[in-house]
Amino acid sequence: MTLAHAVAQTGNGFLSPTGVEIAFLLVGVATLAAAVLTVTTRQLVHAALWLVVALGGLAVEYLLLTAEFIAWVQVLIYVGSVVVLLLFGLMLTKAPIGRSPDADSGNRAAALTVAAAAAAALVWVVVDAFRTTWIDLEGPAQGSTRVTGEILFRHWVLPFEALSVLLLAALVGAIVLSRRSPEGREGKS
Amino acid sequence: MNDALDVALRLLAVFAVFLVLPLVVGQTEHKVMAHMQGRVGPMYAGGFHGWAQLVADGVKFTQKEDVVPAAADRRVFQLAPAVALLPYLLVLVAIPIGPGEGAVGVVVDAGVFFVLAVMGVGVLGSLMAGWASANKFSLLGALRTAAQLLAYELPMLLAAASVAMAAGTVSLLGILDAFEWWWLPWQIVGALVFFVAGLAELQRPPFDMPVADSEIIFGAYTEYTGLRFALFLLAEYAGIVVLCGLTTVLFLGGWHGPFGAEGLGWLWTLLKTAVLAFVVIWIRVSSPRLREDQLQRLAWTALVPLALAQIALTGVVKVVIQP
Repeated sequence: MTLAHAVAQTGNGFLSPTGVEIAFLLVGVATLAAAVLTVTTRQLVHAALWLVVALGGLAVEYLLLTAEFIAWVQVLIYVGSVVVLLLFGLMLTKAPIGRSPDADSGNRAAALTVAAAAAAALVWVVVDAFRTTWIDLEGPAQGSTRVTGEILFRHWVLPFEALSVLLLAALVGAIVLSRRSPEGREGKS
Repeated sequence: MNDALDVALRLLAVFAVFLVLPLVVGQTEHKVMAHMQGRVGPMYAGGFHGWAQLVADGVKFTQKEDVVPAAADRRVFQLAPAVALLPYLLVLVAIPIGPGEGAVGVVVDAGVFFVLAVMGVGVLGSLMAGWASANKFSLLGALRTAAQLLAYELPMLLAAASVAMAAGTVSLLGILDAFEWWWLPWQIVGALVFFVAGLAELQRPPFDMPVADSEIIFGAYTEYTGLRFALFLLAEYAGIVVLCGLTTVLFLGGWHGPFGAEGLGWLWTLLKTAVLAFVVIWIRVSSPRLREDQLQRLAWTALVPLALAQIALTGVVKVVIQP
């Protein structure tokens, strides 16, 4: 009731969408298809490459929502670094060309449950938070670098710092784990 | 309607630059290498100093058979050259060559992030080529490419971040507008780190371990023939143009010059880019190849600390000169 009321007030509707909204939906469908292919393909490296398409599609979605900075960071971190790391790992394990029969694990049901639960939680949170907020695509960009930076370092600086401490802890943990124990191999580490 | 025409014209101009400048760099490389090594180089094609050699090479490449190895992953193998080449075209769109918004393909608000992000995508092409070739040398080359990218991406980003801090913006146009001549000594360490890391990302000598021809034939590109091989070569030269243009814009002041910056700004940009491209060729001719462990040590023990020191210096100076 409140939703319909608010929509009627602001003049935005789900009917008669604009060009940007149609593009957003189409890119979303393509991204979803790439994501599904990522988890269903039997060829390991193809999965990583489909992941590139899915993450790139997400970046385009950010762009369409005028969040330019987030979009480029998405490309820089995920496409440029995380996927390269992934491919590096796959090549080290000599991922074969063609289908890998053992690429399918027996955890399909559990994975589906977790994925559905995560999706439901995310959709619920996002819908609840931004119920009737519409982004004005015509006016000045609301996701430009300046705006993002100001919001991040004025209003959300404490979570930001907490996250960086968490990442530092993960980094230190990785270094500790990768070091050989001194009593096991003396003089080598 | 006028806007659409304007955008189309700009993109056309960028495309023309993309087609011409890499070939000019290639031809310069022929000539500079020949002179530095005390030999003649290609002199016959076209008559005057063999200017048409590159055209002849292009014709030769198009005539060769397009071979895909039987065991290769066909689609990935055939897609790889495009993935390697196209990012450089996209980056070129955002590099300003003159003052104002009239001398850039498309104004990108977060320009520094855009160019670095898209440049990083190009490496995926080498990785795809190396894996899909079903060849041990190709795979080794791709592995070295990935290791090199992971090591050198960080110092490159940090060096670029230092300039963004100094200018107080991540827009390439904004950085150029804020540029003063004394940034040159201020950011010199960052400039060196950026240029060296960029060379490593392009796999140019002395960082050409991934394509080391005396060890692993030609790395990820071993199985390629004809036009697809030419596209990889073109990607390398386009990469040189992009790296030199970016270093010019970020660290050397782009269109700023001792005189005539208003009307002839684009000439300054081109001149600085050309000098840097010459340096790239010069380094190729005069330096031996770095070993894999030397590569990694240089990145992690020299470039990363230097870049961090540059950021600290930038921060201190920025706070001191704040009004």
